[in-house]
Amino acid sequence: MGAILLLEQCLNGLQLGIMLFLMAAGLTLIFGVMGLINLAHGSLYMIGAFACAAVASWTGSFTLGLVASVVCAAAAGALIEIGVMRRLYQRDHLDQVLATFALILISSEAMRWLFGSYPLYLDVPEMFYGAINLFGVLQYSRYRLFIIVLGLLTAVGIYLLINKTRIGMRIRAGAADRQMTAALGINISLIFTLVFALGAALAGFAGALVGSIQSVDIGMGEPVLILAFVVVVIGGIGSIRGALVGAIIVGMVDTLGRGYLPQLLQLILDPVFANTLGAALASIAIYLLMIIILIFKPKGLFPAHG
Amino acid sequence: MKKQMITSMLSAALCLAPQVEASPVKVGMITTLSGGGSGLGVDVRDGFMLAVNNANNSDLEIIIEDDGRKPSLAVQIADKMIQKDKVDILTGIIWSNLAMAVVPSSVNQGILYLSPNAGPSALAGKGCNKNYFNVAWQNDNLHEAMGSYANGEEHQNSFILAPNYPAGKDALTGYKRFYQGQLAGELYTKLGQTDYAAEIAQIRASGADSVFFFLPGGMGISFMKQYSQAGMTIPLMGPAFSFDQGILQAVGKSALGVRNSSQWNKDIDNAANKTFVADFESAYGRLPSLYASQGYDTANLILSAMQSSDINDKDAFRAAIKSAQFDSVRGNFRFGNNQHPIQDIYVREVVMQGDVLTNKIIGVALKDHQDAYAADCAL
Repeated sequence: MGAILLLEQCLNGLQLGIMLFLMAAGLTLIFGVMGLINLAHGSLYMIGAFACAAVASWTGSFTLGLVASVVCAAAAGALIEIGVMRRLYQRDHLDQVLATFALILISSEAMRWLFGSYPLYLDVPEMFYGAINLFGVLQYSRYRLFIIVLGLLTAVGIYLLINKTRIGMRIRAGAADRQMTAALGINISLIFTLVFALGAALAGFAGALVGSIQSVDIGMGEPVLILAFVVVVIGGIGSIRGALVGAIIVGMVDTLGRGYLPQLLQLILDPVFANTLGAALASIAIYLLMIIILIFKPKGLFPAHG
Repeated sequence: MKKQMITSMLSAALCLAPQVEASPVKVGMITTLSGGGSGLGVDVRDGFMLAVNNANNSDLEIIIEDDGRKPSLAVQIADKMIQKDKVDILTGIIWSNLAMAVVPSSVNQGILYLSPNAGPSALAGKGCNKNYFNVAWQNDNLHEAMGSYANGEEHQNSFILAPNYPAGKDALTGYKRFYQGQLAGELYTKLGQTDYAAEIAQIRASGADSVFFFLPGGMGISFMKQYSQAGMTIPLMGPAFSFDQGILQAVGKSALGVRNSSQWNKDIDNAANKTFVADFESAYGRLPSLYASQGYDTANLILSAMQSSDINDKDAFRAAIKSAQFDSVRGNFRFGNNQHPIQDIYVREVVMQGDVLTNKIIGVALKDHQDAYAADCAL
């Protein structure tokens, strides 16, 4: 029983990690390529979830909802890049933080204006309801398994896009040396818009996938944004590979911490106190992890620029 | 000139007249109208304003401001309303942490505060105040009712969970105060947590025969969806907050059949409630929630006190409020010594009516229930 529960918790951790990766990949890409801190990344996640919920309820199709989430978030991302971000690349990080913070407030109120103050309904498709038997012993949620598979496919897709295609080469070039890339006749501002839209699309996709097991609510992006920043910092700012490893570590530590810390502490402490302390420790576990990693690797696990 | 003199003499005469000519009452409402959780504030406001508009009393003036669920902003608004707008009464706050930031200093300045929602224990026991009234409930009440209900259902082994913050601790304390069985597990989750896979796996492995949870707002929606998507069938119980009209549609069929406790439901059979439900639906085009009913009762309580007393005579006005001479949509309603309600708390079940998810009362969990802190209050 204990081993099965542990296996289930590991899968849960992996699933959380994969979701965080989708968020963190966009964030780290945008920072790595454009040097931009985008606090509004959580809003793009929210936009994806709202678009999916709205389209799924109009058409009855979750697949169309997923498509809509990617399209809407990418469009919103492109719009934000062209309308706001372009003016901020030369500015200080503080200006970027202020402007993107304003975008959080604006998009939250825009969603409230469009969809009302109540959370929206979005459920997983019928075929993913219930549990599936894994390895003959473990009942695991079909939908979470679906998220894991889809997320891993996306990770492979991003890897191929960045490392094996021409456009990916240009993105890497832009990240390495902006001026030189532009001097070689590559339309760098188009690359920036593309990267921003790609990051936004990933966030929107994550929002839609997670929205169907959570609540599609105003402000749903901010808690995830904080986790995604932790992932980016642990993984090394600007590194996609770091984002993947960091996301899975954070997902695992968070899930296993919540699952086992109170019980482990009960072995050595009074149960009531262990429970309280365990709950408190579990909620700060990933931040402790971040501190420890930063002490030994100040630039994160996989620093992007040597 | 002459005309002016006559008018002023007339008005002076009117003022001196022995008949009680009510002074205008200015009410400041501070509530959450934007950002996460704004659905609750919108409902309290809409319920409150429905009663105000129905009464059409020109002596009652309402100022409404949005606190954005931020304690610092709520404090600023309260200061402004007290010093600049000179309000007599404050109301509207949804969240206990905001209430704790605003209420103690306001009531110490002689402002009446009528809470349409938050009921932290700190304001019910030793910290009670003659200027503070709670028209909704003390925070523990609905959880206590669920604990008592679990005994009746012969649940022996409950798994209980709530977020790790003061209201979450109050919730589990409230449940345990009445529940007599064993605990299969007791968990405090992170406030604002949205993924409950780890907790659900623990519940599955714990051998519990029932699950009691207090996870307000989006947390509850996430939990219930994931619980049912994981194929869990252990019966769920909780306070009304995760099953209210506003969010039930977002939870969807995962909520069907869940038992929850509430001091109000739209099927409570009394004239005031029927009028309220019908008027609310026709005014706003949606079914009222528990929060709307609390806002409505708060406004009617103020209106009832205005009829029998003058706001400038603070003692008389307070006494009028405390006597609670109004038709509550809950039916029986009175204040205890600590100025918190003594009322029935019902058990409801989530049902589908037509294509709308809603609640139906299936029994009374606690009759004439008073909170556990009243004895510590010196009033």
